[in-house]
Amino acid sequence: MIVASLAFYLFAFMAVIGALNVIFQRNPVHSVLWLIFTFFNAAGLFVLLGAEFVAMILVVVYVGAVAVLFLFVVMMLDINIVVMREGFLRYMPIGALIGVVLLVELALVFGGWAISPEASGLRTTPIVAGVSNTQALGAVLYTKYAYLFQVSGVILLVAMIGAIVLTHRRRAGPRRQTIENQVNRSAADTLEIVKVQTGRGVSL
Amino acid sequence: MTALPDFAPALPEIVLLIAGMVYLLFGVLRDEDSTQVLSWATIAIMAVAGVMIYRASGATATTFGGLFLVNSFTTYAKLLTLLGAGLTLVMVNSWAHTAGTARFEIPILVLFSTVGMLLMISANDLIALYVGLELQSLSLYVLAAVHRNDLRATEAGVKYFVLGALASGLLLYGASLVYGFAGTTTFAGLAEATKGGADNIGVLIGIVFVISGLAFKVSAVPFHMWTPDVYEGAPTPITAFFSVAPKIAGLALFLRVLYGPFGPMLAQWQQVIEAIAILSMAWGAIAAIAQRNVKRLMAYSSIGNLGYALVGLASGTMEGARGLLFFMLIYILMNVGTFACILSMRVNGKPVEDISALSGLSKTRPLTALALAALMFSMSGIPPLAGFWGKFYIFMAGVNAGLYTLSVVGVLSSAVAAFYYLRIIKVMYFDEPAPALETPDTSTSILIGAASIAMLLLFIVPSPIANSAAVAAKSLFPG
Repeated sequence: MIVASLAFYLFAFMAVIGALNVIFQRNPVHSVLWLIFTFFNAAGLFVLLGAEFVAMILVVVYVGAVAVLFLFVVMMLDINIVVMREGFLRYMPIGALIGVVLLVELALVFGGWAISPEASGLRTTPIVAGVSNTQALGAVLYTKYAYLFQVSGVILLVAMIGAIVLTHRRRAGPRRQTIENQVNRSAADTLEIVKVQTGRGVSL
Repeated sequence: MTALPDFAPALPEIVLLIAGMVYLLFGVLRDEDSTQVLSWATIAIMAVAGVMIYRASGATATTFGGLFLVNSFTTYAKLLTLLGAGLTLVMVNSWAHTAGTARFEIPILVLFSTVGMLLMISANDLIALYVGLELQSLSLYVLAAVHRNDLRATEAGVKYFVLGALASGLLLYGASLVYGFAGTTTFAGLAEATKGGADNIGVLIGIVFVISGLAFKVSAVPFHMWTPDVYEGAPTPITAFFSVAPKIAGLALFLRVLYGPFGPMLAQWQQVIEAIAILSMAWGAIAAIAQRNVKRLMAYSSIGNLGYALVGLASGTMEGARGLLFFMLIYILMNVGTFACILSMRVNGKPVEDISALSGLSKTRPLTALALAALMFSMSGIPPLAGFWGKFYIFMAGVNAGLYTLSVVGVLSSAVAAFYYLRIIKVMYFDEPAPALETPDTSTSILIGAASIAMLLLFIVPSPIANSAAVAAKSLFPG
């Protein structure tokens, strides 16, 4: 038990450190690297909760794909922090006001928080015995929530169409290999046999 | 073994989705020249879906484990959405013909976003609501920026995307608060949880955030900032699509969410909707006065009209819902007609968007001028045109629900708004003629004519539509 508690405090502390560094780094590339660090710690927290599937997905999807994508974008775009900071002071009062309002709301929300009596019991045994995480998720994802799963698929299709519509352009320059044309080429189209008379030559 | 869900209630949406994928393949293989074929094919499949929805009307059913609901209300709202989308696709088609730059993805994206709207209308769960909304919005972001070489279009696309993502975030934050405090995301469960009236601050804050997210999607003040820029930057037929279909779907979703799961909390959300309605009506009327660009003017006009529709929503009664549904039908027809006129504003093969380009239209194109004048009179709510009934039903519902301030502000701002609608008529009839506009093509002329004639017909016989709106409104209040 003590090991689990220690591990929790370690992961939680590191996650907070990581998150703070994401915000306070001057170099955006470093921010992304700290973000990856935060994701790893969050994954550790999920493992402690017994949600090993979510933990692995977090590492595979967020670290493996999303964060690396961020890294690429950040490195390719030439982001100038000084220019981005310019509007900061001008919008800070309104931003701070909204922040305070949200904070007060959150405080009110937590004031009205009531934990149902069964909740603490459920927390100690989050998973039904004998059913693995993956099995439990799959059972609801492809039955109860099949509709949502399918519609999410359509959303991804639209995202793909959108990316292609907005970025794909046809270039006039490159010459493409068209196998069909190569196969259909016959000698008659390209070769002309001319009888050359001696001393006269041919006109081409 | 789990039994397969019942697909029958969602069959129209499934047909539309499959058609969308087939069209996509067709477009990729045929390439460039398939825009027109595909837009007609999309209109055809929407008509098929419309007939399917109409034939199944009257039945109440849920499927996919209660995530998807069909009843008289969804039938009416879906038919309205399909009507709006189909009519604007006719414009896309004639625009593709003249501009020659259209891409085949446009009708397909319109189709996918229409499916998203239908799913929103049928959503019976907060997650289902969100996925439908996101399918709709994502297609709209791409459509706004589809002219990617045009600076204004890309600006519109980026602005819409960033603000839209923010609104989705607000909505999700609200939905998660509601889920945290009510313990369920299904509409039926939420209605059960909020039944005892509301002293729960968590659910209340959640609802406010959900309302903010939805208000952004229907561009109600103070979440309207994107509207004028997006309307101006997007190609005209796409703007027409923005101004009708998503508005209907958004308002239908508002009705479903606020009257269904959060119905018992009427007293709480009513104030929020009232404030949004007053701001939208007033700002839509005042800010439009200074506009010189027709499309920006229409943006503010749609903000104002949204405000009127929200009066119906704020009343919280069956009468208000009926007024809103009736108003939206007239709003679609008015907007489609007006945008068809804007689409036909071309001089020497180039589109013009300035109001002054309309001067003296009564001498150069008398029929177009007459039709546009009828539409403008209808927009300002002057009898004998259908726009009058639209506002009449809504304000009556407002007065009967005791929302006097709202109704007074509504009538006042519609008087202010009449100024800029009537100014267009003045420019067309009494100003010196500007260079003549080109002759609109057949389908655009038919749209303009049909919309203005419908205004007159619906004024004389509003009862069939009003009755079906009443039936639809009734199914919002079970028991």
